[in-house]
Amino acid sequence: MSYLAGLGMTGGYGGADILHECDIAVEKGEIAVIVGPNGAGKSTAMKAIFGMLGLREGKVTLGDRDITALSPQDRVKAGMGFVPQTGNVFTTMSVQENLEMGAFIRDDDFTGTMDQVFDLFPVLKEKRRQPAGELSGGQRQQVAVGRALMTNPGVLMLDEPTAGVSPIVMDELFDRILEVAATGIAILMVEQNARQALSIADRGYVLVQGRNRFTDTGEALLANAEVRASFLGG
Amino acid sequence: MIEFLNALVLFSNFVLVPALAYGSQLALGALGVTLVFGILRFANFAHGDLMAFGTMMTILVTWWLQAAGIGIDPLPTALLALPFGIAAAILISLFFDRAVFAFYRKRRSAAIVVVMASIGVMFMLNGIVRFVIGPDDQRFADGARFIISARDFKTMTGLDEGLTIRLPVLITVIVAVVVVAALFWFLQKTRTGKAMRAYSDNEDLALLSGISPERVVAVTWIIAASLATIAGVLYGLDKSFKPFTYFQLLLPIFAAAIVGGIGQPVGAIVGGFVIAFSEVMVTYAYKRVLEYLSFEPSGLVQLLSTEYKFAVSFVILVIVLLIRPTGIFKGRVLQ
Amino acid sequence: MSQRGVILYLCMAALLVLVGFGQSWNVSLTILNLCLISAVMALGVNIQWGYAGLFNVGIMGFAALGGVAAVLVSEPPVIGAWSVGGVGIGLTFLALVATVAAVIIVRRQVTGRLRNISAFAVAIVGFFVIRSVFDPAVDAIEDFDPARTGYLGGLGLPILLAWIVGGVFAASAAWLVGKVALGLRADYLAIATLGISEIILAIMKNEDWLTRGVKNVSGLRRPVPIEIELQQTEWFLDLAQRFGADPITFSSIFVKLCYAILFSIVLVILMWFAERALNAPWGRMMRAIRDNRDAAEAMGKNVTARHLQTFILGSAVVGVAGAMLTTLEGQFTPGQYNPLRFTFLIWVMVIVGGSGNNWGAVLGGFLIWFLWVEAEPAGILLMNTLTAGLAEGNVVREHLLDAAPHMRLFLMGLILLLVLRFSPRGLIPERTN
Repeated sequence: MSYLAGLGMTGGYGGADILHECDIAVEKGEIAVIVGPNGAGKSTAMKAIFGMLGLREGKVTLGDRDITALSPQDRVKAGMGFVPQTGNVFTTMSVQENLEMGAFIRDDDFTGTMDQVFDLFPVLKEKRRQPAGELSGGQRQQVAVGRALMTNPGVLMLDEPTAGVSPIVMDELFDRILEVAATGIAILMVEQNARQALSIADRGYVLVQGRNRFTDTGEALLANAEVRASFLGG
Repeated sequence: MIEFLNALVLFSNFVLVPALAYGSQLALGALGVTLVFGILRFANFAHGDLMAFGTMMTILVTWWLQAAGIGIDPLPTALLALPFGIAAAILISLFFDRAVFAFYRKRRSAAIVVVMASIGVMFMLNGIVRFVIGPDDQRFADGARFIISARDFKTMTGLDEGLTIRLPVLITVIVAVVVVAALFWFLQKTRTGKAMRAYSDNEDLALLSGISPERVVAVTWIIAASLATIAGVLYGLDKSFKPFTYFQLLLPIFAAAIVGGIGQPVGAIVGGFVIAFSEVMVTYAYKRVLEYLSFEPSGLVQLLSTEYKFAVSFVILVIVLLIRPTGIFKGRVLQ
Repeated sequence: MSQRGVILYLCMAALLVLVGFGQSWNVSLTILNLCLISAVMALGVNIQWGYAGLFNVGIMGFAALGGVAAVLVSEPPVIGAWSVGGVGIGLTFLALVATVAAVIIVRRQVTGRLRNISAFAVAIVGFFVIRSVFDPAVDAIEDFDPARTGYLGGLGLPILLAWIVGGVFAASAAWLVGKVALGLRADYLAIATLGISEIILAIMKNEDWLTRGVKNVSGLRRPVPIEIELQQTEWFLDLAQRFGADPITFSSIFVKLCYAILFSIVLVILMWFAERALNAPWGRMMRAIRDNRDAAEAMGKNVTARHLQTFILGSAVVGVAGAMLTTLEGQFTPGQYNPLRFTFLIWVMVIVGGSGNNWGAVLGGFLIWFLWVEAEPAGILLMNTLTAGLAEGNVVREHLLDAAPHMRLFLMGLILLLVLRFSPRGLIPERTN
């Protein structure tokens, strides 16, 4: 079984289901990307895996453990890191304090982890005393990812990390994400920029109306004529 | 030159020193309001009465100590009783949080509903205070009265005008500086303080980071109740204790918090002094100061009569709201 | 009104009758009159809060403006004061208008960084010009027979007219306040209105030339007969004899009944308008704005203008109630206005009664005023019972008996919290359709 897996997830807000028997899985050191048209339930699938949405059917497992019943906070403790799409940094606090808050649940010494984050994102080390709110969009996303990494998670989940940043910044962010994956962390992300995201993905999920439509390696999905025609704009 | 010094001393005696003391008291009060706003996200109308409650408990313990002959002369006995007052204010704040505010927090009710609930708490605290100690003026200051009396100052300097510095004023300023320094150290350097700032900045992300909201809220009430009691006791030592006056202090305290930028601790302090100095300066009669500076004004040269003291703070508040709604230090705009 | 509402109103009436039999009809009618006034105030607040969601914590100020109207309309003009200071006050008024105009012109004409500074400078100059004509006039007026007048007096018209003028005064102030504060979010609006009401009160306490300040104006004209005159009138004595009542008690009851009838007429008229408005397209639009401001704005509704309208209407109703109150008391005492009693207590009435429902707000006005008054004897009774075991003159007993009246503040807070928590829609909830 995969390191993180959502199996047969069915559920939604209030009455109507948004997800229908949706399967998502990712291995350690791999990048999995969820793509699909607007309203396909991409973010909802992410939230379901993170516990921000109650499931009516199906389950979520992390390692060998069934975590379906855990709250988001407990999933963080169990080894999941989550970067929301918006409001993902403490704008009035310095970069370093943002990272410290990321490690809030840790009682051990986390200076080593912080050094690793600074190695990964050197610009953050430079600006460690600056309030995160004063940084550029791309740098803020780095703070957000760095904050989520502070718990030493086994899996990092990113909700549209490149929303609203320039193409150059996007490329840089994807490079960083590849580096993070190389350290052995599983990465699961939702992306609007499907083509670029699939090009770095080991695994891609195309969701349509809350159901799995195509599941394959990123490369194969990019090569699939139907996927290209329907979801990648030709 | 002597005339100029006389004018300066006169001005210090009636404007600078009183405004400094009053400003410190307002700043401590406004800090509590602004912290509660930053963390719990509502304007707490019960803050003035919380000040009154904490002060009342301090007074009761003070009386008991005085009767038992325990004191710290020349300092006022109330300082010895202060920790008991703080403890009582903390207990009642935590009680009201559990009994009243926690419910609305869990339901994520609109801020306005919580404000309404705080009005209910205000009534109850007001009733308790009046029930226990009565609605009348209470004086509880003992110990030495003056650091420098006007007469000593005159013989010391040979000037015509005296500068009086009363002990409560000095205590107020010293305590305020120590308390504010401790609070800022706490917020900037400690894990819990940073967690509070994080929670105030971005509640959802703070929850995601594993920060316990109940703990942050409890610490906030502990700090707010302590600040309220300290502010109230200092005000009472400086002037006197009367429940209704404390309720009315809510107005300049709100003004200070908003003028400084609500949710911003630095703003609360600056706002406190802006309000205090404006109130005192606008209602002071400058006739004698100007006479020393060899002007001969015909009237009192008082911009507004002292009755308008509270009105001044609100005129400033309205001007700030119109020109810069986020306050001097960009606070959040109330939702 | 629902069946539940009717039952609640009958219970309320029964309570008043009970007091009539148990204590005295005089007490019962005194309570009833203030219940009626409270109901009008609660109605005004409900127009603002229930219809539009506006959180006005400056009720006291608008009520006090109504009180001023009673003085300025009904008191005879003080000719002497006018002759020594009238010109000065007139000049002051002109200077004030000129200053405001100058500030507005400067703000229009000057641009850039200098704009606010120059406007401020003009305002400062204007302030000193105003003071130079105003101060001598005030001194002259306040020195004119200060023991009895020392102010300009009023117009010497019937005091019933003041009820309308009070509404107009409050409406004008509300227009000014609304222009400044209505763009603000709810908490800010609350704090701003709280402050503005304090400013209004400060002016009334301090501007002796206008209101006699804390020297009070007493012996206001009355819209109803005076007891002592009644006791000497033929037909009244006959009437008293027919009821077999003591003429002195009966005259007092008779006068209170007259007031009650007048107040009831006002309440019924206002209630009729309020209900009509609520059920008209205007009322539906207001509720739409309250429930979803953004959607209403997107549909092209001018939310700010509608809010201003509602704020003015609600405040005017409070002003009418304020004038009625001063009329009933027969004197204007700025010192009596206390936000706990005149602002926050009215809020308890609206919330307990049922915000958004006029019948609820009016019932809340009745019930809370009744409890507010009756909590005092009840508290003393309770304390008497509790301390019955203690000796006469015991310190604890004396203190508890002295302090008992203050428990009503505690009680009001408790009621407010309980209603907010367990029945947030109040005794007579808003009708939803």
